[in-house]
This record gives sequence, structure tokens and C-alpha cells, in this order.
Amino acid sequence: MEQMDDRRERKIVIPGDFLGTGRPGHGTYAESGQVFSKCVGLAEERSGLHIVIPLSGVYNPKKGDGVIGRIEEVIFSKWIVDINSPYQAALTLSDATEEFVDLTKTDLTRIFEPGELVFAEILSVSNSKQINLSMRSRKCRKLRGGRLINVTPSKVPRIIGRSGSMVEMIKNNTGTQIVVGQNGLVWVKGEGEDLATEAILTIEEKSHMHGLTDFIKNMLESSPKRVESAEFDLEKEKQRGQPSEMLDEEFVQEEVDDK
Amino acid sequence: MKEEIKLIKNNKRIDGRKFTDLRPLEAKVGVLKRADGSAYFRIGNTIAIAGVMGPRKVHPKHMEKADRAILRTEYRMAPFSTWERSRPGPNRRAHEISMVTRKALEPVIFLEEFPKTAINVYIEILQADASTRCAGINAAALALADAGIPMKDLVSSCSAGIIEGQIVLDIAGQEDCHGELDFPIAYYPKKKHITLLQMDGIATNEQFKKILHLAVSGAEKIYEEQKKALRQKYQAELNQ
Repeated sequence: MEQMDDRRERKIVIPGDFLGTGRPGHGTYAESGQVFSKCVGLAEERSGLHIVIPLSGVYNPKKGDGVIGRIEEVIFSKWIVDINSPYQAALTLSDATEEFVDLTKTDLTRIFEPGELVFAEILSVSNSKQINLSMRSRKCRKLRGGRLINVTPSKVPRIIGRSGSMVEMIKNNTGTQIVVGQNGLVWVKGEGEDLATEAILTIEEKSHMHGLTDFIKNMLESSPKRVESAEFDLEKEKQRGQPSEMLDEEFVQEEVDDK
Repeated sequence: MKEEIKLIKNNKRIDGRKFTDLRPLEAKVGVLKRADGSAYFRIGNTIAIAGVMGPRKVHPKHMEKADRAILRTEYRMAPFSTWERSRPGPNRRAHEISMVTRKALEPVIFLEEFPKTAINVYIEILQADASTRCAGINAAALALADAGIPMKDLVSSCSAGIIEGQIVLDIAGQEDCHGELDFPIAYYPKKKHITLLQMDGIATNEQFKKILHLAVSGAEKIYEEQKKALRQKYQAELNQ
């Protein structure tokens, strides 16, 4: 990938590989002053701090992550949300909406019904792995229609690209709205859903390829399924009075800092 | 009465190996599409395939541990894996091997990183020709690493034993049936710990030390193979 060229060479490590003497960071452990890798991943050293970016594994929730979740059930004043991780998340009413809701008079399924998709932010993760979600941020919303693609969570930064360049390119060439959750779920909606899905799955498969952006660009531009309606789509959205394009910009989370 | 089988001829074993030779090895990582991590391990005619699911929610819920993940292993022999069809489903032997496999793998896994979850390891023996638990553990260790489970190290397993009074490495087929001692171990290479040691047969104190030494040297060779296989899969992804 071109964005890797200007960085130091990264090395593949496996559990138990010796990384050096320094401070252990994410994905590593220390034993008598020596740092070892604890997962399969790419090792990096930054002024004595060793980190390993895992190449596989389930999504481990982190505070502040934007995730796509599916509402599972309603319990009194909160929703239980499946966020594609070993742990379920809770979305309380006060974190879900800003308006006043009278619990005695309202059926909460009117706001979110089981089975619906939401884009939410992780508010907190407790030590015992209780997860609270929030939808108060402007970028959070319910996701209606469209389709959901499951990718390996560790490959999400590749799909987003540097400051959202990759996902932006797919959107512009397929006339779709795309929301990427850090938990490995990607929501796609619009005319070119098929092509966008194809592109996203290709990125997942070839995530470490050199010149991936160009490869995907080529693939999108040469495809007969290409939809050149980015501007048109924007107009349409504007007419409907939904500033969704603007919102979409914010969905794109920048490539995680430690990458 | 079965006719007597000569296990050693001209200082060579029945399959032509020297006393301290392993059978040919083959390890592959990422062979099952639907599992979170998987591996294939072949040693001679013994083939094991392992799949890892998780960490995921624990069912039944009462097995959940508030401070760490639980590791569940299931060892199973395919009905077609032996000369005579083996009845499918768990039996006493499979239960025991599942348990010792779990105990062999547990010391290297950071279970405390995923509290309230379960890591499920399924080991299927596709072809059995002695030392199946060793092949199973080797495959399981690779599958766990492939699933992205945080681990201190891999676990390597190898058997040794005594046939016709001679200490040999990596017991195979006939040697298991007619030999005097089968001695499988699992080894945690970084710390040089033994995480599994079984012995069916009798050995003197002297012999025990020698066999253990030999089995460890075999496990170390297997460890190198495992590392190579694991690196290979991810290197291939990177070089695309």
C-alpha cells in the first residue's frame, strides 16, 4: 500500500517472537525485561515502545469507537445491542435520544425495534466488559435499508483508507452511502451496492497489497456496474432536505492513530 | 495368535526411519473458512485438523467466568480415521484427550483478556496412525494463533517411546500397537515447560530421563515447523 511506503518496514511476528528490550505496548507482553509478541501481527517500535498490530481476531470494544450494531431486545429503559463482538452492548434511553420520552406512555420499540441497525459510539467499557453505547453524537443514526457486509475488524482501517480516501472513492464511483463501523461491519446503501460490496470484499482480501488504492480505483472505473452519480446523489439528498452527505463525511473515522 | 512383528531391523524402524527421526511433517494455517482460526497438521499418516471459534458468548451461561475466558476443547476421531470404523460421538478416550489437550494449551493463553467468554477448540482426527493427541495439540496451537487469540507462545507436542527395548522418537502405527511404551508430551518452548506428559507402559528412571529428553527435542523440531507455517500464511497475505 502506498501509504506504507513512507513508514518504517513492518515485520510479521507470531506469538512468542522476541521484539526487544523496551516497554510493552498493545499486543505484546513483557517477561523479565524482554518484550514478546502475543499475537500474529505487524510489529512496530516507537522510541522504545513495542506494539503489535494484530492481523486477525474478534472485535474488542474500545471507548470512542464508532460501531454498527443490531438491536436485539428492549429491556425497560434500554436496548441490548449486538455489536459483533463477544460482548453485548447496552444503549440506555438517555443516551439514545435527546428528546424527552415518557416511559409510562411510550413503547420503546417505537424508537428502535429489535432487528434494526444503528450506528453508535462506544461510551464506556467497564473492567467487567459492560459496554454502554451513545447515540448523542451527530454522526450516530439509525441505518435504514441497505446491506451489511462483514469484514475482519483488523482490516477496517484499510477500507477507510488514509483520512477516508478509500471509502470516499468507493462512494463517488458507486453512488452509495457507506458507513464503516470499527467492529468490522460495513453498511452500504444506494444504486451501486453490488459494485461497492465487491470493492469492499476485494479490499479485505488484498488488504496488504502494494498500490491497493490504485487497484481498487482501476477496478471501480473499469466496471460496467459503475454509477457516476456522486454529485447527482448529493443533489437528490439536498432536495430531500437531509444533509446526509455532510453526515457521511463524519462517519468516516480516520485511520486509527496507532496504525 | 498374531504372528510376531519385527519392529526393528538393521537398526532401522519398520517404516525405515532412524530411532530419532520424526515422520514427515506438514502444517497449514487457515484451512477452514467459517472458523475464526484453523489449522491442518500432518505427521506421517496421522492427520489432525483444528478449528477455533471465539472468544464468544458462553452457553450455558453458568460456565461463564467473570474474570477470564474459558477454554473448551473437543477432540474427536472421524469414523473413517481408523482401520476399523470407530463409532462416532464422544467416548471415554475422547473425553480424556479433550481434557488433557485443554490443560496442555491453557498455560500459554491470556485467558484474562476476554472475561466472560468462551474459546472453543474443535480437533478432528481425519486419519489416525498413532500420536493423534500430539497432532491435535499442534494443530490446535496453530489454530488459536490464527484466530488472533493472545498467546505467550505456541505449544508443540511430540511422542517418544520404547520399542523392543530401544528408545525411539515419534511413535507410529505398528509401534504403538506392539511397542512397550508410548510417551506423549506437550511442550511450551519459550519457558521449557512440559504441559502434558502421559506414559502408558513401564520405564526405568534412566529410560524416563532419556525419553523425556528425546521427546522435547522432537517437540522443538515441530515448533520450528509450526512457526514456519504460521508465518507463511500471513507473509503470503502481505506479499500479494
